[in-house]
Amino acid sequence: MTGLETDVATPIAEAPPALELRGIDKWFGPVHANSGVSFAVPRGSIHGIIGENGAGKSTLMSIVYGYYQADAGQILVNGTAVKITGPQNALSHGIGMVHQHFMLVEPFTVLENVILGAETGRILAPSLERARAELERLERDYSLEVNPDATIETLAVGLRQRVEILKALYRGADILILDEPTGVLTPQEVDQLFDILRALRDQGKTVILITHKLREIMALTDNVTVMRQGEVVANVKTAETSREKLAELMVGRSVLLRVEKTVATPGAEVLAVQDLSVRDGQGVRRVKGVSFDVRAGEILGIAGVAGNGQSELLEALAGIRPIESGSIRFKGTEIDATHMRNARQMRELGMGHVPEDRQRMGLVVSFQANESSILGHQDNPKYTGAILMRQSAIVADVAEKMERFDVRPSNPLLRTSAFSGGNQQKIVLVREMDQNPDLLLVGQPTRGVDIGAIEFIHKRLIAMRDQGKAILLVSVELDEILSLSDRIIVMFDGGIVGEVSQAEADERKLGLMMAGERLGAAA
Amino acid sequence: MIALAPPTQVPRWVTHVLVPVTNLLVAFVIAGIIIAAIGEDPFKAMKLLVLGAFGASDLIGFTLYYTTNFIFTGLAVAIAFHCGLFNIGGEGQAYVGGLGVGLVGLAFSGWPAPIVILIAIAASMAFGAAWAFIPGYLQAKRGSHVVITTIMFNFIAAAMITYLLVEVLIQPGQQAPQSREFDANAWLPFMHDVLRGIGINMGQSSLNLSFVIALIAAFLVWVFIWHTRWGYEIRTVGANQAAAVYAGISPSRNIILAMLISGGLAGMVGINEIIGVHHRLILDFPAGFGFVGIAVALMGRNHPLGIFFAALLFGMLYQGGSELSFDIPTITRDLVVVIQGLVILFSGAMEHVFRPHIIAAYIRIVGGRAVGAAAE
Repeated sequence: MTGLETDVATPIAEAPPALELRGIDKWFGPVHANSGVSFAVPRGSIHGIIGENGAGKSTLMSIVYGYYQADAGQILVNGTAVKITGPQNALSHGIGMVHQHFMLVEPFTVLENVILGAETGRILAPSLERARAELERLERDYSLEVNPDATIETLAVGLRQRVEILKALYRGADILILDEPTGVLTPQEVDQLFDILRALRDQGKTVILITHKLREIMALTDNVTVMRQGEVVANVKTAETSREKLAELMVGRSVLLRVEKTVATPGAEVLAVQDLSVRDGQGVRRVKGVSFDVRAGEILGIAGVAGNGQSELLEALAGIRPIESGSIRFKGTEIDATHMRNARQMRELGMGHVPEDRQRMGLVVSFQANESSILGHQDNPKYTGAILMRQSAIVADVAEKMERFDVRPSNPLLRTSAFSGGNQQKIVLVREMDQNPDLLLVGQPTRGVDIGAIEFIHKRLIAMRDQGKAILLVSVELDEILSLSDRIIVMFDGGIVGEVSQAEADERKLGLMMAGERLGAAA
Repeated sequence: MIALAPPTQVPRWVTHVLVPVTNLLVAFVIAGIIIAAIGEDPFKAMKLLVLGAFGASDLIGFTLYYTTNFIFTGLAVAIAFHCGLFNIGGEGQAYVGGLGVGLVGLAFSGWPAPIVILIAIAASMAFGAAWAFIPGYLQAKRGSHVVITTIMFNFIAAAMITYLLVEVLIQPGQQAPQSREFDANAWLPFMHDVLRGIGINMGQSSLNLSFVIALIAAFLVWVFIWHTRWGYEIRTVGANQAAAVYAGISPSRNIILAMLISGGLAGMVGINEIIGVHHRLILDFPAGFGFVGIAVALMGRNHPLGIFFAALLFGMLYQGGSELSFDIPTITRDLVVVIQGLVILFSGAMEHVFRPHIIAAYIRIVGGRAVGAAAE
């Protein structure tokens, strides 16, 4: 293994590292998910593990937490080699994990969730009382305030995450692993989480943070391990590196983190939404009377924490979800609850749609790539005759598109599921962009997409805007919203909290709005 | 040095040939153990089974006659499956399709043969499709599961046709619940008669021109599913309904369409049985062909070519099995059903038992070596 830049710091002199990995190897069939992974995490530090999707971060942590067994290599906890056979066993070595998706029983109280699976004795009451005392001590020590008697379903996402952390601490975790903990949080909640993690570190706990967000690594960690294609490419002190350097290490080449674009020159109105309300599949009203418009030659960004009505709004605009009330005017065509258009008709009117979830909606993963590449355009005379489809024309057309958008591998006959997230997204993007729509709806364009492809996708969106097309961008990634949008509206609980121009937007302001605080449309 | 190879895709011959052949071998091994347990020689039984199916031209004829039915019902199950539907009502749809054929045979006495036969073919499809339409409509619009409704419609079809044959269509003056024989102009020519016309001698069997119709149907189904946009839309609905809605493809329309085609194909069993062989409407002629079609489709991996081979296999089991029980009386008709059942069990119901192991073994032997070589 070459390229280890510096050794890790040792805040407490001479003490063995809290966790050390030596030469971890893991194969899944022919896939070498981890290859000779070695690094050490000093006691009382925050250690970041960063890498793109598929770099092997999650596999590695699953090995540490005992879900998988490594094919080779050693795990040392406090200098002693251990064999971790499962999550219970990991906890007995003081390793706790906070998952990306919370594992809480919603109708139970915080206290009940904390002791779940760690009850002692046959009668619940005494262990509840003991747990309450212990929980209060933990909350005090680490400033982790949560009401022990609140039921989980009444708690905000940030508080639920605290319960997960408390669960791990209650079980005696000394080493806390957090897997992509900030995905569902508002920026303010992220700040609070970081404060908690710093408090934990200062009390001597060891924290391991798995993320793909460079900003979090720079803001929080002491040391960082960069992984690429199953290998450790660098172990560095955070203070001695930079975002650009880390990005380069992750991708293996230098990348442009900021999008370069000129000021927009908005033209005529393309889309006008008036008092639109939409219900979800369960009949819950998720979009509550929103009004806005999008003009030619601009990107309108919709920011918001996931689940505040953005998805339903996007689907209603695309003709997928029925409108409850209000109206949409798209290029002069009025659409409302009594005059609905389906997705095919919206496409014919000149709307493109890159859906939020490409695997659930944008592609058919079991189809060949060329079949997925005509989804929604199967009626196009370019692709089908009166009866038979023009198979060779489809394959040739898709091959050309793959070439142009640098989809790898550029084989239209491969199954869609054989492509990586970024390449799948490019397949969707080129399909929707190539129809030359006047309005492109884009949902989470870079979710699960590696950094190199993000750069490419952002450039394409800007280029499309510069050709005078309108783009409506929905993203939960604030960085993306901030760098791409010309105007930004923020959704909270189905309504629009406010609108800001790109120039006056910043993370703090948007964060407050995402939490539902109305700033008023600042001038 | 590579670390992350793209996920290996095993070649088609592994999933499409090796897996079904393994399933079949296991079924025959267990059948052989059972035959040995009752004191008969399994190898001799196997030989008799194969010879009984392919040993002479008339025996081949009977094998292909059964094969015809299995092609129709296998295709019916497959096309519904491509739309994500499990149509287990092939039995009832075949029965009602046969009713349509029978009504044409009774009503169009004296018309020119080609016209009667064409109308009868159209009626088989229309009646079968109509019988599948109701479950399809209920699934599409009301969410009533086709597995439940189609199996109930099998019983309704059986009861309805029993009633019609006992009370309405029965030949006057007869005791047996069956219609009168059709005029000869409504008979589909037997294959041995057709072949004699071009100078080929074939022993007499039930094989008739329906076999050719079944082959044409298989080809058209292949074209429809993989080379038309309607097939594309049906497959999209079957694979991912959210993606279908996103693409502006109506799931309910395609569910109904797939069920109509499926029922129409199952109904074509009526051509083979009613104007092909019996020349009158009789009770219970589908005789389980509709149900075996499920195993045929599963084994044929819902591809018309695979369905042809699976149908041929079951045709062999049916024909060879009856010869076998004739030649070795201790191997009763029921034991032949057991052998057929084992094949259905291993190639249909337990299809996924060996599959992952065979694929894993292939990757271990071939895939593992490939990566090892690349890493050097």
